[in-house]
Amino acid sequence: MQTFDLEQNDLRTLNATLHAQKTNTNQTAWNIINPRGSHAIAVGLDAPIEVTVNGSTGYYCAGMNQQATVNVKGSVGPGVAENMMSGTVIIDGDASQYAGATGHGGLLVIKGNASSRCGISMKGIDIVVHGNIGHMSAFMAQSGTLVVCGDAGEALGDSLYEAQLFVRGSVKSLGADCIEKEMRPEHLAHLTELLTQAGSDAKPEEFTRYGSARQLYNFDVDNAGAY
Amino acid sequence: MKDEKSAIPRTEPIQSATFSNPVNAEIRRAAATGIYDIRGGGAKRKVPHFDDLLFLGASISRYPLEGYREKCETSVKLGTRFAANPIELDIPVTIAGMSFGALSGPAKEALGRGASAAGTSTTTGDGGMTPEERGHSSKLVYQYLPSRYGMNPDDLRKADAIEIVVGQGAKPGGGGMLLGQKISDRVAEMRNLPKGIDQRSACRHPDWTGPDDLEIKILELREITGWKVPIYLKIGGTRPYFDTTLAVKAGADVVVLDGMQGGTAATQDVFIENVGLPTIACIRPAVQALQDLGMHRKVQLIVSGGIRTGADVAKAMAMGADAVAIGSAALIALGDNDPKWETEYQKLGTTSGAYDDWHEGLDPAGITTQDPELMARFDPIEGGRRLKNYLKVLTLEAQTIARACGKNHLHNLEPEDLCALTLEAAAMTGIPLAGTNWYPGKGY
Repeated sequence: MQTFDLEQNDLRTLNATLHAQKTNTNQTAWNIINPRGSHAIAVGLDAPIEVTVNGSTGYYCAGMNQQATVNVKGSVGPGVAENMMSGTVIIDGDASQYAGATGHGGLLVIKGNASSRCGISMKGIDIVVHGNIGHMSAFMAQSGTLVVCGDAGEALGDSLYEAQLFVRGSVKSLGADCIEKEMRPEHLAHLTELLTQAGSDAKPEEFTRYGSARQLYNFDVDNAGAY
Repeated sequence: MKDEKSAIPRTEPIQSATFSNPVNAEIRRAAATGIYDIRGGGAKRKVPHFDDLLFLGASISRYPLEGYREKCETSVKLGTRFAANPIELDIPVTIAGMSFGALSGPAKEALGRGASAAGTSTTTGDGGMTPEERGHSSKLVYQYLPSRYGMNPDDLRKADAIEIVVGQGAKPGGGGMLLGQKISDRVAEMRNLPKGIDQRSACRHPDWTGPDDLEIKILELREITGWKVPIYLKIGGTRPYFDTTLAVKAGADVVVLDGMQGGTAATQDVFIENVGLPTIACIRPAVQALQDLGMHRKVQLIVSGGIRTGADVAKAMAMGADAVAIGSAALIALGDNDPKWETEYQKLGTTSGAYDDWHEGLDPAGITTQDPELMARFDPIEGGRRLKNYLKVLTLEAQTIARACGKNHLHNLEPEDLCALTLEAAAMTGIPLAGTNWYPGKGY
């Protein structure tokens, strides 16, 4: 286990060191201490390394992650794991706005709550939130899966494309073109797998599935009121 | 009685300037369809432009350079503020961002070929980077857009610069729409969406909102790319003084400023014609902002929107731009709106020079389409050659003017080399009205 102290060294050195692991992967476990809410911690990683951040972070922690596993032992600011391509990001605390925004792949687990616009414009990422999520989550979500073990705020899944949403608790309101859908066996199987990966003991059958009504896929003036 | 009436002179039919035939036709079209008009291109209305400025050549007070003997340099270095590897271009004319999706793959390839042969850069667009484009572009700027269609860190690292698109001149404050008919299998796959559905491009970024957030976003992009490549910020011309100031404070290396004549692949006509500033009205406030911050020439300014000739290039640079970008003119150089396709333009209800329904994917020239048969009409090698030629002409023309003004580098052109032909142009640019030393707003 390598330890990197952000009180002793700067962010540039940290990220450069982690990026260098792509060609030198014998140091696979990294422990970052004293993050002190810094932005852009462990961004752009592209190696099968394990990074533990001991404390809370600012914006864009683990942004554009590929292959790596990043575990934050605290809460994260806006845009955690934004545009993630692969790998796993686990947040022990809460996440601010835009968690997993535009993510293309990988798994983002938030063990606390996530704020507004969680999973905005997601493009293949899987997100599991153990707690609640805020308003306008999964806005224009294209693909991937958002699982919410708690409640969802207003306008869930507004202008949704093909992403799948599962919510165990209440949904304050659904956004334009987002509807409740039938939970079929294949959905239960997929949900079970994600909950297991995310370390949640929630029961899949307690969830409701939401998806796109596909009424806004091609512009129709009769739907103008929905835009 | 009848003869007496016919002898009375009649009032001639007068068309209303307000309710003109084109206006009335649009009212009838709207009444028939219930939907606004969508088109490509930039503002078609007449606005004050570079044509309203003239150069003051050298005479006794200044001496010119010999046209065929004395050098006039044209190179430009972009991204000198923070990037370890600034972009060095042979000419100060770059190719603006245009998406694969809006344009065909061969058209993007031709842009890369032409730009590379002329020693300049080209730019991706919404929808990501294609291997053809990267392969044929010696210097490629990667656009980072609100939709993040096709956005991935591997391509980000392949780029020679990153351009964060906040807005564009044709539709500042607006998003975009790639209609379903242009969504081929390949376009759909790159954008992670099903084939055939409309692909909406958001009007603002999904993970930052204000200038303070933007500064952190730029930090993230620099960290991911190791502080190697320049980061541009592209803004639509609306409040250029404040936007340029905020772009510099957020940490941009380069500001790309796009006026309302700048084109788009598709948006509402009402948006294109009624939102934003003419290009010449954008430049002075932006340059003033850079000067007030002590950053003029340290943060480079690229101006776009209606650049057509070397005179336009020289005028933008004399006003303080470091470089310009062309989009519509580059497409015309490739063959867009060429009269040789007139018969087909007429079948589409238009005429060459006026065709702007690029979003429908029926471009007879095979440039703004994903239809395999139409695309096959366009030869990317010939298109690249034509673009290279055009870029060389732009450069030669700008050099000709600069030498006449006594300048041995295009960057040495200055506002004092210009005069304005109209009060409006003088007011917008702060360049004195021809024959005077005065412009509106300047005290006597």
